[in-house]
Amino acid sequence: MTSRLIQGYEVVIGFETHAQLQTQSKIFSRSPTAFGAEPNTQASAVDLALPGTLPVMNREAVHCAIKLGLALGSHIAPRSVFARKNYFYPDLPKGYQISQFEIPVVQGGEVSFFVDGEKKTVRLVRAHLEEDAGKSLHEDFHGQSGIDLNRAGTPLLEIVTEPDMGSSAEAVAYAKELHKIVTWIGVCDGNMQEGSFRCDANVSVRKPGAPLGTRREIKNLNSFRFMQQAIDYEIRWQIEQLEDGHAIQQATVLFDPDTGETRAMRTKEDSADYRYFPDPDLPPLCISEQWIEEVRGQMPELPRRMAERLVADYGLPEYDATTLTQSLAMGAYFEAVARASGQPKLASNWIMGEISKRLNAEEIGIEAAKVSDAQLAQLIGRIQDGTISHNAARQVFEALWSGEGTEVDAVIEAKGLKQLQDTGALEKIVDEVIAANPDNVAQFRAGKDRAFNALVGQVMKASKGKANPAQVNQLLRARLGA
Amino acid sequence: MAGELHQLTVAQLAEGLRARTFSAGELARHFLQRAAQHDGLGAFLATHEEATLAQARAADARLAQGDAPRLAGVPLAHKDIFVTRDFPTTAGSKMLEGYRSPFDATVVTRLAEAGMVTLGKLNCDEFAMGSSNENSAYHPVKNPWDTARVPGGSSGGSAAAVAARLAPAATGTDTGGSIRQPASFCGITGIKPTYGRASRWGMIAYASSLDQAGPMARTAEDCSLLLSALCGPDPDRDSTSLNVPAEDFTRSLNDSIEGLRIGVPREFFGEGLAADVRAAVDGALKALQQLGARVVEISLPRTELAIPVYYIIAPAEASSNLARFDGVKFGHRARDYTDLEDMYKKTRAEGFGEEVQRRIMTGTYVLSHGYYDAYYLQAQKIRRLIADDFQRAFKECDVIAGPVAPTVAWQLGAHGADPLADYLADIFTLPASLAGLPGMSVPAGFGEGGMPVGLQLIGNYLQEGRLLNLAHRLQQATDFHLRAPEGF
Repeated sequence: MTSRLIQGYEVVIGFETHAQLQTQSKIFSRSPTAFGAEPNTQASAVDLALPGTLPVMNREAVHCAIKLGLALGSHIAPRSVFARKNYFYPDLPKGYQISQFEIPVVQGGEVSFFVDGEKKTVRLVRAHLEEDAGKSLHEDFHGQSGIDLNRAGTPLLEIVTEPDMGSSAEAVAYAKELHKIVTWIGVCDGNMQEGSFRCDANVSVRKPGAPLGTRREIKNLNSFRFMQQAIDYEIRWQIEQLEDGHAIQQATVLFDPDTGETRAMRTKEDSADYRYFPDPDLPPLCISEQWIEEVRGQMPELPRRMAERLVADYGLPEYDATTLTQSLAMGAYFEAVARASGQPKLASNWIMGEISKRLNAEEIGIEAAKVSDAQLAQLIGRIQDGTISHNAARQVFEALWSGEGTEVDAVIEAKGLKQLQDTGALEKIVDEVIAANPDNVAQFRAGKDRAFNALVGQVMKASKGKANPAQVNQLLRARLGA
Repeated sequence: MAGELHQLTVAQLAEGLRARTFSAGELARHFLQRAAQHDGLGAFLATHEEATLAQARAADARLAQGDAPRLAGVPLAHKDIFVTRDFPTTAGSKMLEGYRSPFDATVVTRLAEAGMVTLGKLNCDEFAMGSSNENSAYHPVKNPWDTARVPGGSSGGSAAAVAARLAPAATGTDTGGSIRQPASFCGITGIKPTYGRASRWGMIAYASSLDQAGPMARTAEDCSLLLSALCGPDPDRDSTSLNVPAEDFTRSLNDSIEGLRIGVPREFFGEGLAADVRAAVDGALKALQQLGARVVEISLPRTELAIPVYYIIAPAEASSNLARFDGVKFGHRARDYTDLEDMYKKTRAEGFGEEVQRRIMTGTYVLSHGYYDAYYLQAQKIRRLIADDFQRAFKECDVIAGPVAPTVAWQLGAHGADPLADYLADIFTLPASLAGLPGMSVPAGFGEGGMPVGLQLIGNYLQEGRLLNLAHRLQQATDFHLRAPEGF
């Protein structure tokens, strides 16, 4: 554990994350899982818990659990058990949630990531399969509550860590890494606004060496920004309480993004007794070695492994490799450009620079990039063979991105961006510039380098940017006898 | 012949229908008329003439075409635990008064596919909790053999309807004896198959790990016809349904029972067993011996433990299964309430009867933090030991036989406010339920007050064919199953 102390206190954070699985249908019924449909249109007799209905396990959800287990290096239990978590709530149609309790499907494992250049590993306790509840809607019902059961029965994996994080930065880095993994392997769409990836953070503080402090659980952190704010606030609040001589009461708290504060929702005293017991409607979930191997065979290369390979195969710096493996699609885009252009570092620079800038500005993913990997590779090729300068390439890129053109060469042609290849013509320009700027020439000869740069600029200007700067440099120096 | 229609067995009715001796419509009307005539028994909770006659017309059409399935046109009635589209479904509870299911239970669908015509829904103990049918929220059922007595439960309406010839056959459900005990009390034949043989889809759950559907009729042959139709895997709807293909249980009915070893557990013949029941059971065992079977004494040492084990596990599951009846989505909701919690409390206090509330509370208690290990977990361990006892016993015998219940049917109201008396009377049926074994009740004679006594047969897993074979051979040699209560 990182021992970065805050006012003499050590921070201890554990996470519980609910990742909604990208299955076609619900975990125990055949209703579709689509988000945003009219209330109660995606709910079948099973989801409504009509008398006589029974759950039947969705194989696809188990497939997702196996994938996650493999990605996290966990043990995949050959036999796990579904249990009923009993409590009354209007959006919980059966009066119990089917979850896993004593024997979860995914056991152990870890998530590793870099925080401030330092490698950090968070151990996982477990990940279990369970169904989501519906939604209670308190607006528009004139003092009553509306119930939407579309989400009821949506498959979730709840991923639980050991209390291994020592700061909000580590916590957010963990959450981002986990987010990357679940979206990378395709088990979750990662949409935090729609609640597809929800994090609960268990936060406590203690003096170094003291036993673990009492924790408070911050529920439903649905953006990385709020996550950091909420945890930081919670840490400060707990330290303040302790410093003022108050004990921390175990509680569940909510973060209010408007005030930036956390406030208690319920305390331990009114926590429910869920009366867990094995669900007699579902036999134990048995996963054969063969099934696991089948899934292993279909697994994509994982981000960390891919980053290592990008370093080894393309000679990229570790920083580039990590940045380019933010998503599977990003990694694939890079590899396509690098291979087609034969210029991995240039490819990396372009993707981390121009491409990322525009993706961020437009809030889209690499899948929606408006310059294809083939176009970018061709563009890099044109820089490499001296057809255009870097500056000109940026103009071409802009044209491609905005849809002004689609063919790299056609855009270069249309915009007249080709560099001057004719040495005679360039020599003429150089001579003219030397003749027209005697002051600069004199200053250069007196040893002022800046004057040389001014001359280069003049030549570039006179060539309307088409001259190759390296060639200009060379010619100028030759002419001035330097 | 029309006057005697209701005396015919399912097999005879199927034959008559095929021979066009009578029509499905004729039969449906005849039995509906009898149900109305004997309304005072309280066996039916709902009939719907139009729906029944429509099904009968469809059966007649297929019979005319000559492509009718085996049971085409034969009427039956369903225990009100099975959800049905054409009839309301209440589970014998006020909680579901007026409830109409948008789908049919698998058992209902399979019997309809076999051509059977539904006469209506039969009374039962509320949510199948009870041994006397007095826990029905609507009205008790009277035993046709003596209308001052209970028909047994929880499938009391089913047993009374078949015994009184209001239906040639009925469905029942058995969680701790709810098919076998009322069959015994009403002098009919009933079988609970191996757990998982019949799909539980559409069977309103009481205790999921124990609930099983099964047929109730007058003869073993009729039971075998219905059981063949209603069993079979249902993997898309019930995860606990066994992946065992449906069988035609009629094929082995006449197999020889020569040399068959019948194990008689000494624990079933102790002090608690009434003399009249013992005499009838002994008589049936003698009859089986005369048919070539051998009787061997065996031991099921944990028989008595079955009562506490069952009354922990079943209420535990029930407390959770019945949580969905919360007034939010369907069924009863209290009229006036101040907030959500008040709505829950009033709805459930008004909607559930006393016994159901008792079991929900017991179940909630045994699953509670701090009690789970001592009660629920311990009960599960003993449940496994009880199942092991049976496997040891089946090394020494092929079928186990004994009484179904310690006494014949008791007087209505006799157990009054003493639920324990009801619980203790389940002692002989609970062990097979806990082990998930098939069990049946076959008429074995008559006891005190001329009340019927049933012989219980318990087989090893998937040995329903063997049980029906033994019962059928017994019924070839005896006529207890053919006797009708006076006036019916």
